[in-house]
Amino acid sequence: MEFRSLRGVVKALNGVYLTVHEREIVGLVGESGCGKTVTGYSVLGLLPKPQAQVTSGRILFKGDDLLAKPQQEMRALKGKVISMVFQDPLASLNPVFTVGEQISRVVRVHHDLEKKAALEAVRTALQATGLPPTDALLKSYPHQLSGGMRQRVCMAMAISCGAGLLVADEPTTALDVTIQMQILKLLLRLRDELGVSQILITHNVGVAAQTCDRIAVMYAGNVVEEGPTADVLKRPRHPYTLALIECLPQGKSAEQLKTIPGAVPDLIDPPAGCRFHERCAHVRDICRDTMPTPFEVARDHWTACHWVQEKSGRGVGVTTGHEPGVGAAGVPFNRDPGIEHTAGGGPATGESGDDIRRE
Amino acid sequence: MTFRAYIIRRLALLVFVILGVMAVTFVVSRVIPTDPTALYLGGGRHTPEQKAAAREALGLDKPLVVQFGLYVKDFVRGDWGNSLRTHRPVLGDIMGFLPASLELILSAMALAVVTGISMGAFAAYRKGRLADHTGRVAAIAGVSLPSFFLALVLQIVFFRVLGLLPVAGQLSISVAREYPVTDITGMVVVDSLITGNWVAFWDALRHLILPTLALAAYCAGTTMRMTRSAMLDALESDYARMAYAMGVPDRVIVGRYALKNAMAPVLTVIGLLFAYALVGTFFIEQIFAWPGLGTYATISILNLDYPAIMGVTIIVALAYVTVNLIVDLIIAKLDPRVMLS
Repeated sequence: MEFRSLRGVVKALNGVYLTVHEREIVGLVGESGCGKTVTGYSVLGLLPKPQAQVTSGRILFKGDDLLAKPQQEMRALKGKVISMVFQDPLASLNPVFTVGEQISRVVRVHHDLEKKAALEAVRTALQATGLPPTDALLKSYPHQLSGGMRQRVCMAMAISCGAGLLVADEPTTALDVTIQMQILKLLLRLRDELGVSQILITHNVGVAAQTCDRIAVMYAGNVVEEGPTADVLKRPRHPYTLALIECLPQGKSAEQLKTIPGAVPDLIDPPAGCRFHERCAHVRDICRDTMPTPFEVARDHWTACHWVQEKSGRGVGVTTGHEPGVGAAGVPFNRDPGIEHTAGGGPATGESGDDIRRE
Repeated sequence: MTFRAYIIRRLALLVFVILGVMAVTFVVSRVIPTDPTALYLGGGRHTPEQKAAAREALGLDKPLVVQFGLYVKDFVRGDWGNSLRTHRPVLGDIMGFLPASLELILSAMALAVVTGISMGAFAAYRKGRLADHTGRVAAIAGVSLPSFFLALVLQIVFFRVLGLLPVAGQLSISVAREYPVTDITGMVVVDSLITGNWVAFWDALRHLILPTLALAAYCAGTTMRMTRSAMLDALESDYARMAYAMGVPDRVIVGRYALKNAMAPVLTVIGLLFAYALVGTFFIEQIFAWPGLGTYATISILNLDYPAIMGVTIIVALAYVTVNLIVDLIIAKLDPRVMLS
């Protein structure tokens, strides 16, 4: 994935491998500017054209490549099968239409319903997000609601047509801490009660730890490590993940917070080889010229690092299942039996399930 | 504050604005170094007795404050004084000339608003593409060409060269004689339409086209540019992105989601453009021999007919303030966040 900018071509994403299984929340964590949001936007085709160009890779949804879909078909999927909520719920809602008008508009875009029937669907969606489906709420404008309510309204809109995959881009960042927890609980409820698979984009490792089944760590446009949440957080393999976790406050008083020295590289002119090598404590010669490929370090736990590979005694360049620079994501949609999909919890390989892969 | 209380408050403010305009025009008309009695009495030499009688008849012998008080009192009653030139009531004269101007201004504004908003919205949607560039060039042309120059060009092209449209007036003389239009609103196009006088309607419509184009060009260009920039903001907003993410079709996002948000600044500009059109019509009416308020105002100014000048000024101020009140009310209706204060 590249952006054409005045300064040059920004190689924004380069090797994003991500699999989302049915009824699973996958956290996408990393520093600002590492490509989390761009990844989320590309799933829904929201990147600005013609500046944004996908130069290679696939985004597979139940076996279909979303990047190859014509615009009309993609539009029919958006909001109905795959949807998204954003960071700032107030800005995300249209200020001059009521909650009822906005959500029922989305419902009527995807379903041939009368106004009244659409409003019923809106009430159901509001209820699913823990909001009272009253007339008063339907008739209120976004600015009249609290921050938490606004984000719930956004979620209600996102699931109003029965979406099976929700991309949540920093959904709690703009909210205060007490409300954050409620929204995270809501994400879990959507997964458990409605079977909504989710990609949770967050810079907050703590948020990901509380919510996600699996975590993918991104650095400078690459997924550097991906695996089950507990495994990734307790036994991180990639030096970047290690450093990221060490930066978390441990709750001791007067503790000096750690930081990762250096800054994210300029993606117009990214470093050769591993993009993290300039900041890495374990840098090898090979890191400076060869891009590492992901390999499985433990069951379903993948990382792309020469150092880890060397330590684990595998030969450099040996990969399992994945093509170089691959990620995979299976978002099976259980409420749509017509479409073939991988069974929940299937293997996270590029061949099965939905595959988000960028170079 | 409720909508109703807001309207009442604004109307009360409007009274003060009009009073202010009246005070200024009144003072200006009194300090002009001229002798209104000379005009009142007509040409030739006048005896001091005649002049004194004229001064008394015009109320000029009283103190200025008393004169102003009387002027306001009569104004409220509908007596706007008599024209020094025609010796007829100013209000009656204005009401005779106003409909022709209104017809021209309303058609020009309608044209400007419709083309300006639709071109602006489309240009924003196709930002950086051919339609955008074409629209912007057209808008710049409309804004930068002086209306009187454009009027002359239109006359040369459509009357002299192509012979398609009439060059001046509101109605052809032959049509006016054979198919007289019943006077209902005073606007020839409207009256002929109401009475089903199709020959006159068609003829009046053809007469209306060129002055409308000349007057509308600047307003359409400005509206287009304002709409385009407001629409660009709206289309790049988070709520537009959310709507895209929800699969809402482009035409709904452009035509409803973004347009409703973009309307506030556009409507404000349209209100101001209305003021431009009210005065811009003075030139256009001269060029197209349009029997409107502009023509009346021009003659009155040239003759120092101060009651008529004051009347026209107040009518223009009144129209301007009213239009802006309506604009503010529409904006408040469109955007629930607008605080009515």
